[in-house]
Formats: sequence, C-alpha cells, structure tokens
Amino acid sequence: MKFDVTHVAKLANLPLTEGEKKKFENQLEETIEYIESLNEVDTIGVEPTSQVTGLVNVTREDEIRPSLSHEEALKNAKSTHNDFFKVKGILSGE
Amino acid sequence: MLNKLTIKQAKEGLKKKEFSSVELTRACLDKIKQTDDKLNAFITLTEKEALEQSKKADSLLAFQGETLEAKPLLGIPIAVKDNFSTIGIRTTASSKVLDNYIPPFDSTVVAKLKKAGAVILGKTNMDAWAHGSSTETSDYGATRNPWNTSHLPGGSSGGSAASVAANQCIAAIGSETAGSIRQPASWCGVVGLKPTYGRVSRYGVVAMGSSLDSPGPITKTVEDGALILEVLAGKDPMDATTSPLPVGTYLSDLSNLNEDFVIGISDEYFITGLNPEVEKAVKKAIEKLEEMGAKIEKIKLFDPKYAIDVYTIIQRSEVSSNLARYDGIRYGNDRSFFGEEAKRRIMFGTHALSSGYYDQYYNKASQVRSVIIEDFKKAFEKVDVIVAPTSPSLALPVGSTKDQAMFGELADVLVEPSSIAGLCGINVPVRFSKSNLPIGMQIIGPQFAEKKVLQAAHKYGQETQNEEWRKKEPNL
Repeated sequence: MKFDVTHVAKLANLPLTEGEKKKFENQLEETIEYIESLNEVDTIGVEPTSQVTGLVNVTREDEIRPSLSHEEALKNAKSTHNDFFKVKGILSGE
Repeated sequence: MLNKLTIKQAKEGLKKKEFSSVELTRACLDKIKQTDDKLNAFITLTEKEALEQSKKADSLLAFQGETLEAKPLLGIPIAVKDNFSTIGIRTTASSKVLDNYIPPFDSTVVAKLKKAGAVILGKTNMDAWAHGSSTETSDYGATRNPWNTSHLPGGSSGGSAASVAANQCIAAIGSETAGSIRQPASWCGVVGLKPTYGRVSRYGVVAMGSSLDSPGPITKTVEDGALILEVLAGKDPMDATTSPLPVGTYLSDLSNLNEDFVIGISDEYFITGLNPEVEKAVKKAIEKLEEMGAKIEKIKLFDPKYAIDVYTIIQRSEVSSNLARYDGIRYGNDRSFFGEEAKRRIMFGTHALSSGYYDQYYNKASQVRSVIIEDFKKAFEKVDVIVAPTSPSLALPVGSTKDQAMFGELADVLVEPSSIAGLCGINVPVRFSKSNLPIGMQIIGPQFAEKKVLQAAHKYGQETQNEEWRKKEPNL
C-alpha cells in the first residue's frame, strides 16, 4: 500500500527534507506490510482495550491548589511578552 | 570501592558509620569520571547537587533510628534516566528538542526518591524519547556496554543499566514502555524490574506510550529492586492511572516464597532465531528453579510475534499524540529538531490515527490487545509466574540499528506481550556467553503481583549467588 508521506507530514506538523520523505516512504510501507499479519488474528466480537487498569471515572475534588508561577511557566520559552507566550500569527500568516 | 556496594550494603555501612554518604557519593562520582568517557552513560552529571544532598544526608544520619526508617534511601547515590523531570536540572529525554529544557517541577518518582533521602548523581543517557532498544538513537551519542564497549547496552534505559553494571552508582531508575528496563538490564547483566502499569506514577516522565509507560528500578540485586519499588509505588493524585491498591511489603516478604510455587514455560517464547547460548542458559536456569522446589508447568501462550504488530501500532499512535505537544513555543526547540527515529514513529502513528485508518490499525490492535490480556489471564489461573528469555540476542555491536526501521519493536518481541497486558516482570542475570556478554532471564507475573515476581527472582539470586560467573566485573 502507498504511504502518503507528504500528507502525513503535514498532519504531524513535521518539517521533512525530500531525502527524508523518500526514506520514510519506503520504510513506513515496509512497516505497514509487516503489521498486516495482525489480520490473521480473529477479533470478531472482541472488545478493544485502551487501558489496562480497569479504573473508571477517576475524579478529584475541584479545588484551587498551588501551581507554577508566571515566571516559572515562562522560564523556558524563547519568546514572551508581558507574562504571555509570544507566538506567530495564525490567521494572517504573520 | 564503595561504589561497588549494593543499597543494602551501603545502608549497613552508613548506619555503622564505616563511611559517610559524602564518601560514598564521591566514590561513585570518581568512578563516573574515570569510566564515562568510554561508556557515555550520563548526559548530565549533577556533582554539586549530589554532594550537597549527601552532606545533608550525613547530618540526618547522625540521628539514626526513626530517620533511617522514614528515609529508606538516605544517603544512597542513585542515577536517574533523563526522561524524569528534575526541578532545576536539565531534562532532555536524549533529544535535542529538549536540549536546553530545565523543568520547573519534579516528577513524582524523583520527588519520592528525594523524600526517601536519595542522592541524585545525574541524568542517564537513553534512546531519544525512549524510542529504541539500543541507546543508539540518543542525540547525545550511544552508550556503550560496560562488558564490551564495542557493544550496545540495550535500551531505552541503556544509560541507567550500563551505569549500574559499571558500578558508577549504587542503583538507577529507568522506565519501560515495552522492554526498556528489562532488555538493557539483560544486555548489561543487572536486575531490572518493570512494575505493573499503574503501580508507579508517570507524572513528570516525558511521555512515550501513555497506556504502557512504567517507571522502575535497575539494581545490582533483587533485594535492592524490592526496596526501591516500595519507595516509588503507590497512588498519585497527579496520575489518574495509578492504582489505589495498597503497596506490597516487597522487602520484608522477599524470602517468603510459597512452597508450591508454579512456574509456567511456553515454547512460544523460545522463538526461531533465539541465540542458542541464550536458550541454553535460560533452560539451565529453569532447571535450577526446579531444583529449588518450583513446579514447572508447560503452557501454551499466544504467539509473541503478534505483539510486535500490536505494540508498533499502539505505541507509535500514542507517540505521535504525545510528541504533538513539542512546538518550541513554551519550552524546548521546534519540531525540526526531532531525530530520525522520532520522526519515523510520529509519521507512522499519525498515519495510523488519521481519518479512515483508525479501525484498520488502532482499533484492530486494541482488540488483539484484549486477546493477549485474556491469554495471560488464563495462563495465570494455572501458574504463578512465567519464565522466558528476556532478549532473543546477546548485546549487539555498536551500529546494529542503522537503517533498521523497526529495530526496537523487533528486538523486544519477548517483552512486548506482557507490557501490552500491563503486567509486571523482572530481568535477572543468569550467566555469561562465551564472548563474555551477559544473558538474562525474565520472570513475568500477573498485574500487581510484584511480590511473587520479586520472591522468585530473589530465590534464584540466593541459590546462585556463589556461582563463579557472579564474581565477574566489567573491565573498564
């Protein structure tokens, strides 16, 4: 099966070089072929498992608790402005 | 030579004032400085902080009594894998994306280690983002196997396993998604315990596969592993998937193995391509377990080869989702800094979760996950634990992962089924190959049966402790 590497890279927001695209296309097609053996397993009527602990609806009291200060939260950011993260424009493409 | 001690021995020495925590810590730091040019086990060494912590430990040690009870790791130097957030200390997960990231908080595991009095020596090398079984995908260079530095230590917790094997630390912390504790422990000849999923908090661990990730200890003895698990295990309000089940008395019950203990052996785990020396050594270890009084029962387990497919799909899907958060805005560098293996896994996972493919991949894999879980449940109605080889191979030479699109997933075939099912398991060394590389055996238990697994591993360790191969040390 064909792996649409450009489309998937766009979905994953990954900047890939042409060389990487070519390499991944081949490797990921191989991987897809490899995992096809899963179809040998009969799963008719089997419920899927997404978590193994069996815990359900784990909740806690909605209480105000200490958290990171502005300073701590912004400490690792490359670009900030008045206690905010500064990001590039999304709609205008600025 | 203080750095060679186990936790138990170090605690006794500290208690009797034969040496101080500062001396113990200095011995480890000296060993790291002497050997890490060759091994590359550490990404960040925290010498200053470690010496401060050990000084503080020494002043607390003067009180003895209750302080020692309340702080079971007081003054013990421990190495921590670099995917555990450490407040004020760079945490990279071996990726250049996080090259300059300094967490403003501690992971629960690190907070618990500190509360228990541990001295943190530094952060150990790993496969970038824990994607791999070699430590070769680290953006900071591969770690080398202490038993032969032209070979790999395994991974992803390769730095931690190599550090323990080389006596650079008294014990270390790793994390396993599927194999990342047990497999490097096997390749480096040390004890590695993968707890049940949900037994140890994932809070503050750089996430890989959120339905799989399990932090755990890598140690010189089973007893030390039991001690660390008692410190780390338990419900954490910061991780809703942690279990409210009470933490076991792993250490005090370590020698209380039931007399009618049943060990399951499955031919499906002695796969085609299994290294003959590994096969022979593990079968010999099973004979030894039988001599010790265990009853051996043949069981038939679901073919582990399907676990590779399930694991590849589920893990890479979760990886693509977890790594979506790295945008270079709030912390770290942008997405162009991801290495090849991370990109490959993100790409596959994104594809598997993309519109139109969900049923074919993620849902199918989640259904087969249920089949694997049921298969283990049935097996554990008949047996207490399952014993198998940990890795199908010996430690492979440096360079083995080059252009291997599924190296990690294929190398971990024998540990993936139990990880997918969220079970606990332990690697114990059983002997060496002719080429002087360690061979490991895994003991797998049901969910939350760490006590049984530790008891069986401890018994094996006790019965074989005088065997000649145990006297070997890496020549560095």
